[in-house]
Amino acid sequence: MSTPLLLDVRDLHVTYPSGGGVPAVRGVSFQLERGETLGVAGESGCGKSTLAGALLRLLPPGTEVSGEVLLDGENVLTMREDRLRAVRWTELAVVFQGALHTLNPVKRVGWQIEEAITTHERGIPRSELRGRVAELLETVGIPGRRAVDYPHQLSGGQRQRVLIALALACSPHLLIADEPTTALDVMVQAQVLRLLEDLQRDLGLAVVFITHDLSTLAAVCRRLLVMYAGRVVEDGPSDEVFGSPKHPYTAALAAAFPIIGDARFRMAPSGLPGDPPDPRHLPSGCTFHPRCSVARPECASRAVELWPAGEGRRAACVQVLDEVPT
Amino acid sequence: MSPRYVSGKVLGSLGTLAFVIVFNFFLFRVVEGNPVATLFRGRNLTDAQRAAMRHQFGLDGSKLDQFWHYLVQLAHLNLGRSYETNATVLSEIGAAAWPTIWLVGISTLLSTVIGVAIGIVAAWRRGSVRDHALTSFTMTTYAMPDFWLGMLLLIVFSVLLGWFPIGGISDPTSNTTGIALLADQAYHMVLPCLTLTVAYLGEYAIVMRSSLLDTMREDYLTLARAKGLRDVLVRRRHAVPNALLPVVTLIAINFGFVLSGAIAVESIFSWPGLGHATYAAIRAPDLPMLQGLFLVFSASVIFFNLLADLAYAYLDPRVRTS
Amino acid sequence: MTALAGGKTPSARRITWIRRRRAFAGAWRDYRASTPGLIGLGVLVVIVIGSLAAPLLANHDNLDPSKTLTTPLWASPSQLSPLGTDNLGRPIWDQLVYGSRVSLLVGLAATVIAMVIGSVVGVVAGFYDGWPSAVLMRVTEWFLVIPFLPLAIVLASILGPNVRNVIIVIGITSWPGTARVIRAQVLTVKQRLYVERSRALGAADRHLMLRHIVPNVSPLILANTTLTVPIAILSETTLSFLGLGDPLRASWGRMLDEAFSNGAIGKNAWWYYLPPGIGIVLVVLAFTLVGHALEEVLDPRLRERRS
Ligand SMILES: Nc1ncnc2c1ncn2[C@@H]1O[C@H](COP(=O)(O)OP(=O)(O)O)[C@@H](O)[C@H]1O
Ligand SMILES: [Mg+2]
Repeated sequence: MSTPLLLDVRDLHVTYPSGGGVPAVRGVSFQLERGETLGVAGESGCGKSTLAGALLRLLPPGTEVSGEVLLDGENVLTMREDRLRAVRWTELAVVFQGALHTLNPVKRVGWQIEEAITTHERGIPRSELRGRVAELLETVGIPGRRAVDYPHQLSGGQRQRVLIALALACSPHLLIADEPTTALDVMVQAQVLRLLEDLQRDLGLAVVFITHDLSTLAAVCRRLLVMYAGRVVEDGPSDEVFGSPKHPYTAALAAAFPIIGDARFRMAPSGLPGDPPDPRHLPSGCTFHPRCSVARPECASRAVELWPAGEGRRAACVQVLDEVPT
Repeated sequence: MSPRYVSGKVLGSLGTLAFVIVFNFFLFRVVEGNPVATLFRGRNLTDAQRAAMRHQFGLDGSKLDQFWHYLVQLAHLNLGRSYETNATVLSEIGAAAWPTIWLVGISTLLSTVIGVAIGIVAAWRRGSVRDHALTSFTMTTYAMPDFWLGMLLLIVFSVLLGWFPIGGISDPTSNTTGIALLADQAYHMVLPCLTLTVAYLGEYAIVMRSSLLDTMREDYLTLARAKGLRDVLVRRRHAVPNALLPVVTLIAINFGFVLSGAIAVESIFSWPGLGHATYAAIRAPDLPMLQGLFLVFSASVIFFNLLADLAYAYLDPRVRTS
Repeated sequence: MTALAGGKTPSARRITWIRRRRAFAGAWRDYRASTPGLIGLGVLVVIVIGSLAAPLLANHDNLDPSKTLTTPLWASPSQLSPLGTDNLGRPIWDQLVYGSRVSLLVGLAATVIAMVIGSVVGVVAGFYDGWPSAVLMRVTEWFLVIPFLPLAIVLASILGPNVRNVIIVIGITSWPGTARVIRAQVLTVKQRLYVERSRALGAADRHLMLRHIVPNVSPLILANTTLTVPIAILSETTLSFLGLGDPLRASWGRMLDEAFSNGAIGKNAWWYYLPPGIGIVLVVLAFTLVGHALEEVLDPRLRERRS
């Protein structure tokens, strides 16, 4: 171990303060090496965005966060304010969910990119700054002259590209893309995905892809992490996880398709009845058992953890214990 | 801002003005029934004098004739003559307008600046002791009738402490001019101005606070923090300017309304402005004066509404560039 | 949820009913979490009970100056408890208690008028497309720019000063803001309905109106009502202060008018001009607190954020 891992998350817990405490993330651990791609999947509400926000301490005041987030060996959660500000965007940048609302509607998009650069680098001449912004926009396939546009003058796909350009502004080592394609047309989704893949390869970026669409992740990422009710329920190489899921929840996700159109519709996985549980009232035992098609009586009481489930794979389901030779 | 947007807004305002002009006529001549009776009440006049006055005030002929007469006179900026003073309504209003414009202008400036500042401080530290204290203060001033607040200030600062005059715009016993007169007028304006400032800042503070709280939930503020910006800059560059947009509109619209809203406060302090003139016209009653004042008040609201629309369009690129 | 809401069986209706009741219980639970809202509600209950129980708390005869010939003029509270007397020897306390009735009555009744006009105009203008809606909105906008106070003054002086007319005047000058808010809400609900299914299934207007529009705008109307009442009360106060109130019935605004014009300020008769003002501030503040708390609980946008 000469260089530390790029990202090492250990036993992360996040509890929102509203309504007596909402445990949105409950003990998540994972590692990421330089240049690696990791996919995080799960229905909406399972804590994916919360996880992303915790990595840079961006959650609302009053939110309780415990565990460790080691970014290049440094713990983000205990960092001093000024160091934290320096790390933000230069080490880790985020393409936030919902491109419609993430850009400031009354500022030119070029200005918003410039702001990221000048926050971390003082005294760049105007002309050079302009040039860099134009270059960043060209990188994501937007003509540089669109820098003077306001967000509403761009299409949804273009705005998503601007957000990606913005994330690249300070050459971070790690990019977190939170549902980067959810609100887009199918055609545009494919283009944006390809762009992210290309950038990842060309710039040697490490990328964490977050989405509820397991099939997308399987194509783009090397490793996959499936979340349910604030916990990781399965992880492993993506093609294996997608191809032969060990956890019934993953299996349901793999067979699912999202309803395109109205964003308020939760995705409705085929063969997966009901809604994900409210974090404040989690079921006992395995949190998935009320919706599980292969649940056993013991699932309602028996605590589950991530058990080894084959080469480089783990799953939090009692089924995997059956397979282990005794 | 496209010329089409501007001309559309201007035309809309002109349409509203036309409505107000017609409304004004019917309000005073038709609903009221018989303005002549009011006009002649308590006066000893010959028939010839009555006929002459009827003609002078445009009260002879059919309603249609009267309406036509009203429009023609209006086109010549002739709002008639006051029943009370027999001076033209226009000159009376012109004389009363300046004191009101100064009073309302300065107090609006103060109440917006102070109110917005209070709103920002309260929202940024939502739930803190400071927020609770400021919000309680602004809610209380918002709940006070403005003239009652004026009475309290009058009692404390004029009657008990004797620091300020109890009313009027200048000292009637001295005949100063120039700078000295101006200073005297400013001195007389302190209490009415303070009253209006305190009475209106609550609304701006409450609106600014809730607008900023809405803005603070926006995702682009999280992005700004994620970029590594200091809190101060997140607030100054992103949160406050965006939260101010709707408040600027409110201020412009309100200015039009405050011109007429100062009626009770002006009468408390005998401030010789439009509000005081309205108060006198109600008591008389002096219908041409009331009608003229009503027209001026409505026109100013329409004007400032237009200004608010244009200011918003200018400040918000979402409107400006589409 | 899709499986339940689509059916037309009586049990589906009962489920809707149960769900509404649960929503109401939830709203009350959220409301209770707001301390200012509870304080406001408490103050309101006390004042409303006080004004309803006026005959028990005060003596109506004392409002008539011909019946107070034996009491001293301008008596301070130490001379005549609890609140002293005015320039005609009438006890302030009795005026204050009976005055609360007029202030509350005008505030509530005028608000009812404003809400009925505002809701009907808002719902109709939002629900129907085409020219009726356009005309209604134009008219609403016209009324929005007519300065309230001068119009109220003109109307009050034309109609004559009595409680009924004050109610009418305030009612018909206070509806345009409500109409605008309600219309916006109806438009959002309609939008949502198109996205969902009712329209596509050919639901009748009546069904849409009763099942979807009304339940969705009524919380908003409620919140708007509680925020309009304090404004109406302040308007009554101002009109009365300008001498356009009912000269025969004490209201808090008229008490302030009389205190001011009879020289209570010069005499520093604080027991005359303080109590009615404090009463107004308390009532207005209480309604505003309740209104804001309700808005937090019921505002659909806030509700969506929480889920
Ligand atoms: N600010 C917040 N306050 C309280 N609860 C929240 C907040 N943000 C998210 N939650 C809750 O936390 C859970 C996880 O949310 P989120 O991380 O956004 O999920 P995902 O991104 O997977 O859709 C959800 O149940 C959500 O309701
Ligand atoms: Mg999310």
